[in-house]
Amino acid sequence: MTTTSTSERREVTAIAGGVGEPVLRPDGGAKVDGSFEFSSDRSVDGELWAVTVRSPHPRARILNVDVSAAVALPGVAAVITADDVPGVNGFGLIASDQPVFAVDEVRFVGEPVAAVAATDAETCARAAELVVVTYEVLEPLLDAERAIDGTCEPIHPDGNLIRHQRIVRGDSDFVGEVIVEGTYEIGMQDQAFLGLEAAVAVPDADGAGVELLVATQWLHEDRRQIATCLGVDEERVKLTLGGVGGAFGGREDISLQVHVSLLALVTGRPVRAAYSRSESFIGHVHRHPAAIWMRHHADRDGTLRKVEARFVLDGGAYASTSSAVLINAVTHAQGPYRCENAVVDGYAVRTNHLPCGAMRGFGVVQACFAHERQMDRLAAACDMDPVDLRLLNAMETGDHLITGQRVENVAPVARCIRETMALPLPEPETEDHVLSLPGGAGLTADGSVVRGVGMAVSIKNLMYSEGFDDYSTARCVVRDGRVALKFATAEVGQGFVTIAMQIARTELGLADVDFESIDTAVGSAGSTSASRQTWMSGGAVVEACRGVVGQILDQVATDRELDRDGLRIEGEWVTADGVPVVMVAEAVAGHLFEFTAEYHHPETTELDEYGQGDCHTAFAFTAHRAVVDVDPDLGLLRVVQIATAQDVGRALNPLSVVGQIEGGVAQGLGLAVMEEIIQTNGVIRNASFTDYLIPTIADMPPVVISLVEEPDPRAPLGAKGVGEPPCISVTPAIVAAVDDALRKAGRRVSPLTRVPIRPQDIALAGEGSTATVGS
Amino acid sequence: MKRVETECTLTVNGVDHAVTGLHPGESLLDTLRERCGLRGSKGACEEGECGSCTVLVDGEAVCSCLTMTAAVSGRSIVTVEGIGEAGAADLQDAFLRAGAVQCGFCTPGLIVAADALLTRNSSPSVDEVREGLAGNLCRCTGYGRIVEAVLDTASQRREQP
Repeated sequence: MTTTSTSERREVTAIAGGVGEPVLRPDGGAKVDGSFEFSSDRSVDGELWAVTVRSPHPRARILNVDVSAAVALPGVAAVITADDVPGVNGFGLIASDQPVFAVDEVRFVGEPVAAVAATDAETCARAAELVVVTYEVLEPLLDAERAIDGTCEPIHPDGNLIRHQRIVRGDSDFVGEVIVEGTYEIGMQDQAFLGLEAAVAVPDADGAGVELLVATQWLHEDRRQIATCLGVDEERVKLTLGGVGGAFGGREDISLQVHVSLLALVTGRPVRAAYSRSESFIGHVHRHPAAIWMRHHADRDGTLRKVEARFVLDGGAYASTSSAVLINAVTHAQGPYRCENAVVDGYAVRTNHLPCGAMRGFGVVQACFAHERQMDRLAAACDMDPVDLRLLNAMETGDHLITGQRVENVAPVARCIRETMALPLPEPETEDHVLSLPGGAGLTADGSVVRGVGMAVSIKNLMYSEGFDDYSTARCVVRDGRVALKFATAEVGQGFVTIAMQIARTELGLADVDFESIDTAVGSAGSTSASRQTWMSGGAVVEACRGVVGQILDQVATDRELDRDGLRIEGEWVTADGVPVVMVAEAVAGHLFEFTAEYHHPETTELDEYGQGDCHTAFAFTAHRAVVDVDPDLGLLRVVQIATAQDVGRALNPLSVVGQIEGGVAQGLGLAVMEEIIQTNGVIRNASFTDYLIPTIADMPPVVISLVEEPDPRAPLGAKGVGEPPCISVTPAIVAAVDDALRKAGRRVSPLTRVPIRPQDIALAGEGSTATVGS
Repeated sequence: MKRVETECTLTVNGVDHAVTGLHPGESLLDTLRERCGLRGSKGACEEGECGSCTVLVDGEAVCSCLTMTAAVSGRSIVTVEGIGEAGAADLQDAFLRAGAVQCGFCTPGLIVAADALLTRNSSPSVDEVREGLAGNLCRCTGYGRIVEAVLDTASQRREQP
């Protein structure tokens, strides 16, 4: 064996900064010194500003659009309407049912009718006011049930029912010894990412294409929709990811992309646009508000036997991803529990409310709130501890969903529950600090504060479902001893770039990893959603790196006349049958290696008419325990602590995983106690951070975390997605804790059934539904 | 409508900026971002609720979206771009190390606000950190790492004054 390494040290150890370490973000330095460029920070010489003219009515016929006064305003370069859309005047992630600009009819308050480009933002705003739209106001459809029962005329050519799905499994006539039922309501939540929508579009020199810098979750899907609307080939639309200030599902749909691209083509100049906070609230999709009825059947010992459910999701005016959100909701109706019988109906409907689509948790948040409230009712009806009831029914690998799908993944549900409940409880409050009182500073409590504890558990699907070929692409280049990674994966703050860097180091044994621009010059990465990028784009980076590793080992085998089969990369070394031969950095010097990989997850299927089929790719599980202090008289509450054990497979970066968990908990807490978009007669009432509240640092309790690491053999590197699971069961856990406090205070016996909890829900006794034992 | 033009001089991060053609009521945030080319300060609510635009004016943390540029003429302004040189490089580093940065949009305002907090109170309790930063919204992190970053910085400064 030839060994020619100049290095004297021959110890094979893991490379520093590889997989499993709490590596710091590569973009972090720029983010703390203010130099990181978000999409709203980009300006181009000669740019125009753009603004959107929007409908003030939830439903109205457009009789006339007069742009003449706006066009005549000095400084205005163009005013465009539906007449100016050269391609298809329709976009959407699943159905192209939403117009770029409304034609004939507007269907929600805030629907775009026209857009203006002018020399500066002020002129844009003045021109927008000069666009005269004559409307005939129509009766809006605002009651989701009326969209189902067919008593309303269609408010859209595609009809008022976006999708209905039924699930029937086992014995549909089964009647349990113990039956509990209830009706639950989930309010409309906003993603409330801090970095508002912003983009810059630059026309090509020949005026036939456009380059767009935009903060988005899925560059290639944006490109497909933009090109269709512009009526150009996809190759003429180039997208580059602008710095993204959070996403959480709210950037998966088109917002301003087509408007600025079209204005750039029409004016032949760069066009820049940025939403205000109030425009953002009406300019992107939201979490579906839901009304859910459930009836659970169990044996007297608490064994869950049957779930019946009816879901109604209000999708608002356009379809967006409503049909996929619905499938997530109905297929997760049983929760992380064995259940052989089910009858479930789900409806996603069209109304004249704000459109709804993706938000972190994607239908499962709604389902989990209902099934976990039901499990608490069932525990009470069986006179069992809620934890024992859940442990008794906890799903395991090999159990089946109500769709008939077998859960193939690692499924440590019982372990998540046990580890959550074993985490330390907070000490009783001893100090009289105002921050420790429900309501905080400025509000009084007379000493009647009562502490409650509650818990909940969730199952969440990972990646896309229903037969969608969901893939990701990555390219790995090794040149001069450095690694360069290229992918179109949207880094939205979650830290994929950190993970990609760690993977490259571990796979290649090289420390220096650079990133090429995140854009459409490489194949699609799919969306940064559905907890999928660590698995999917992580899988693509693994395969791209392993392709290069093969080339490196071929090179070493040739150069050194070694048996190729015995060669591997371990740590920073190329080894032959486990013996270090040469450092990778030395072996690659003077060579160029390149490999592009596409990662596909296993195929899924569509559901049949009875809701049966292997429609999901993988699952992750989480348990939460909440401790709350409640002032029953004032209806105020404070969340004191959240404890959680999460099935992460393997923590590729523990610091990032903790960040996802704490951040997800905050969003689930927000839904539980404060966050709701209020619409009255189709008009949003709280489109600002003054009126739509998200948790502040003073609202957030300590989060105590246990990472359940059982590497999933089906996942690249064993790691499950960790983005969505933290925000799901925390909401019903908090509500269960409030119920517990109110029971202790002797104030309420019927469970709380809606989120967010409002002061009146606590302070005024409400009617819940009943439990019946025997039948 | 005749546009009223005004001018003023701002001292930003120790550098004088002569600003002309100021719009009536123009906010300090707009002036910093669009005229001075300092885009580290962010706008996310335009009404003083989120703190992303926080800068120091004569050492005091203010929301630059609610501050009229004309009102701070001649005063000393420190933005995130200058806060490191102004003594908060350790705080910036602590944010990064603690995992207090995800999307990073709130980060500039939070670092400026946390620096002002530590100037007022070099040994804050957890509750004092929470009270002091309650005007800065973060949607990604859940704040746990932010509290840790600020407490770490305070503790480091006590050990190595």
